[in-house]
Amino acid sequence: MDLFLQLLFTGIGIGAVYALVALGFVLIFRATNVVNFAQGEFSMVAAYLMVYFAVDLGWPYWLSFLLALAGMALLGVIFNLGVYYPLRHRSYLPVIIATIGASILLANSVLAIYGPQPQVLPGWFETPGIQLGPVYLDSQYLLIIGVTILLVIFNFWFFEKTLLGKKLQATSQDKEMASLLGISVSTMIMITFIYSAVLGGLAGLLVAPVLFVSIQMGSTIALKAFAATIIGGFGDVTGAIIGGLALGVIETFGAAYISVPYKDGFAFLVLIAFLIFRPQGIFGERVAEKA
Amino acid sequence: MSASENIQVPAPAIRSKPLLLRHLPYFIGVAIVVALAARMQFDGYVHNILMQATTFSIAVFGLSVVLGLCGQINLAQAAFFGFGAYAVGIGTTDWHLSFWLCLVAGSVIALLAGAFLGASTLRLGGHYLAMVTISFQQIVTLVMINAIWLTHGPDGVSNIGRPALFQSSQSYLAFCVAALGIVGYLVWHLPDTRLGRAMRAVRDNELAAGVNGIDVFRTKVYAFAVCAALGGLAGGLFAGGFAYVSPDQFSFAESIVFLTMSLLGGVASPIGSAIGTGLLILIPEWLRFLKSVPGLYLAIYGLSVILIIRFMPDGIWGFVSNAFTRLRARAKAPPAVAALQLRPATTGGNIVLEVTGLSKHFGGLKAVDGVDIAVRRGGVHALIGPNGSGKTTTLNVLSGLYKATSGKIVLDGTDITNMAPHQRTAAGLGRTFQNIRLFRSMTALENVEIGAERPGNTMIGKGDDALTERAMEALTFVGLGSRANELISSFSYGHQRLIEIARALASNPTLLLLDEPAAGLNSTEKLELHELLKRIAAQGLTILIIDHDMTLVSEAAQHITVLNFGRRIADGESLAVLRHPDVVSAYLGSE
Repeated sequence: MDLFLQLLFTGIGIGAVYALVALGFVLIFRATNVVNFAQGEFSMVAAYLMVYFAVDLGWPYWLSFLLALAGMALLGVIFNLGVYYPLRHRSYLPVIIATIGASILLANSVLAIYGPQPQVLPGWFETPGIQLGPVYLDSQYLLIIGVTILLVIFNFWFFEKTLLGKKLQATSQDKEMASLLGISVSTMIMITFIYSAVLGGLAGLLVAPVLFVSIQMGSTIALKAFAATIIGGFGDVTGAIIGGLALGVIETFGAAYISVPYKDGFAFLVLIAFLIFRPQGIFGERVAEKA
Repeated sequence: MSASENIQVPAPAIRSKPLLLRHLPYFIGVAIVVALAARMQFDGYVHNILMQATTFSIAVFGLSVVLGLCGQINLAQAAFFGFGAYAVGIGTTDWHLSFWLCLVAGSVIALLAGAFLGASTLRLGGHYLAMVTISFQQIVTLVMINAIWLTHGPDGVSNIGRPALFQSSQSYLAFCVAALGIVGYLVWHLPDTRLGRAMRAVRDNELAAGVNGIDVFRTKVYAFAVCAALGGLAGGLFAGGFAYVSPDQFSFAESIVFLTMSLLGGVASPIGSAIGTGLLILIPEWLRFLKSVPGLYLAIYGLSVILIIRFMPDGIWGFVSNAFTRLRARAKAPPAVAALQLRPATTGGNIVLEVTGLSKHFGGLKAVDGVDIAVRRGGVHALIGPNGSGKTTTLNVLSGLYKATSGKIVLDGTDITNMAPHQRTAAGLGRTFQNIRLFRSMTALENVEIGAERPGNTMIGKGDDALTERAMEALTFVGLGSRANELISSFSYGHQRLIEIARALASNPTLLLLDEPAAGLNSTEKLELHELLKRIAAQGLTILIIDHDMTLVSEAAQHITVLNFGRRIADGESLAVLRHPDVVSAYLGSE
């Protein structure tokens, strides 16, 4: 039972990271109808930026954190202008391939600079954690869960209660109509990319002290996050969060009770099972092409 | 029944020489290259590069089928390549099996894995497929590294055997080149086969492919399985050639390398695939110094993927061949053909289409609510109603794009209520779309050929010539025969509508559904359309037409059904229905 609770806590912590990246996937998908395969690399790049500022240059942690996020915002701009925007009138396939190219480019550029050796980023807190009854609550995991909850609330408020959020929603639902109403569609898409890059970056910064900072962390997280979006129901914000948490828990239990080397395989098995038996996910995707 | 009909379709020779004879130069060329590979002396380094280029090309041919022809993405080609390689590797060393058996087994395993992966994902959008293939690739890599009892783990498998017939590396290379020649021929010829046309139709427009009798899902699974099987075959040959395999040769990075090769050369053609493969094997050899910095080399691949997609979407070969086809299309004049014969199938009843109690609800919205329609044989029946009355929804339920909430649809004695769109087409339903859905990368003739290829079309004989013949007749019937070899984009809007009608006519349907055919046409074109409808009806084909143009409807249709708010408000002879007070008030409002 103690082990069960401990694993549950860890699973939710990891799942929260998947949920954050999944959220980035969903936002870009809703705005552009394109799955951004470089979403995971946003997390990886942010973690390396943090390593550069905080470890290599030795700057204060909070400053490095803000600089890393600013760097992600910039990357979001470059990504939109260099990868998505020139292809926006083409079908989804060229765009998907271009984002895959961007993912390869980002991962291997970092590899060329930092080499294959994983980097270590110290945790955010002096105290490693607190003991609560039988369960040891690692402070970094607590932080991840806390930030995720705050972000979900912020996300809801931003999209439902602010004018900018409503404009973004209008753009994602009907670009032509939105532009006729005087909304600048290209600005909205730019904001979406910046927001998603920062969100993905934040997930990377939060999880970096728990995992190693490595080239592979991006693609690993992206794979899980994508599986999470399918499990939750593609294009659905709540689904992405629930799916992410569920996947984190499944994976942690799978590693503990079934097999450690194949830990990264469980996400895939769950994904295949969902695709076969419930492809619309828990919350259902709105997929229908008009005849 | 088909025998007597076939006699009436004359078959003048469109292609003068038999296929194999026309392609003889290709086989002579392959034979010369194979002979060169068998005779010429290479040093080990050149030999290895040739070996790699040959086997990789076969794997990239697979991508040209799935991505180029069918428009589906596969990011796990290296995994399928690995299946073949490990089957030959483990089979010939640990299990002492024959090379041939292992080669076949590896291809079959890859084929089955590809078919399973495709079958579980291809019903969904393309982005699912991309991510699932990435996941699959990573799982396969995990297994290759961790299942040491089977794969020897990271150490890999060495001392892999070759067939007794091709023991020397020289003769083995010649054998692989021959395999490349044969596979290349098949892939090159595939677009002109029934399956290949279906793949291209699916790539261009899935909905239109479905209502033209193509099983979209099955076509995609086939494309995916063919791609995987070619990957497996290539991997098996690769393992024999290098005698050593290890997991890093089949990683995700290699899948990306395959993809880049395919994109660079031109994804639509095997020649492009071979060019891309050759270049991407040679260029890194020339730029060896890049390999000293880990990552740099793949980073450049990633960048080139972005640049190729943006600036050269058809690849090197696509660029060359586009210019080439433009010249050729102008030179070839389409042959004259006989008049189009329509012989709608009949089981003898007076009613061709009987719809009873048809409903389609979207959540609480009753778009179509308990509608009855009886379409009499041999006439023009119009379905009209104000905007939002449920006309197009009805048509979409009839052709199977939407599933009926309740009710029954019987076409010429066959209950088609629960059939998929392509099955309804096979049962004799033809349709056009309000917003034209043609296969945009194909010529007018090829579009109509896909219609003519409907399963159960009794009006075409066997073989490609009969198919082309039928399609030409249909195009000539709508007045566009002389422009058969032009691409869809060069036709005006009105002409594109006519091509869509020709595509449906070529399939010799039992019932033709026309969804607002007059929308967007000018008055001359409308007159031409009216004439065309008369000529179609004169051949005994029943038409169910939806349109807003009251002049067209009242002149062309003998029978009218009127919908409003999803319900039938009037039904009967044209003139009587148009004077019906409910109809007048629905269109003009009541006092």
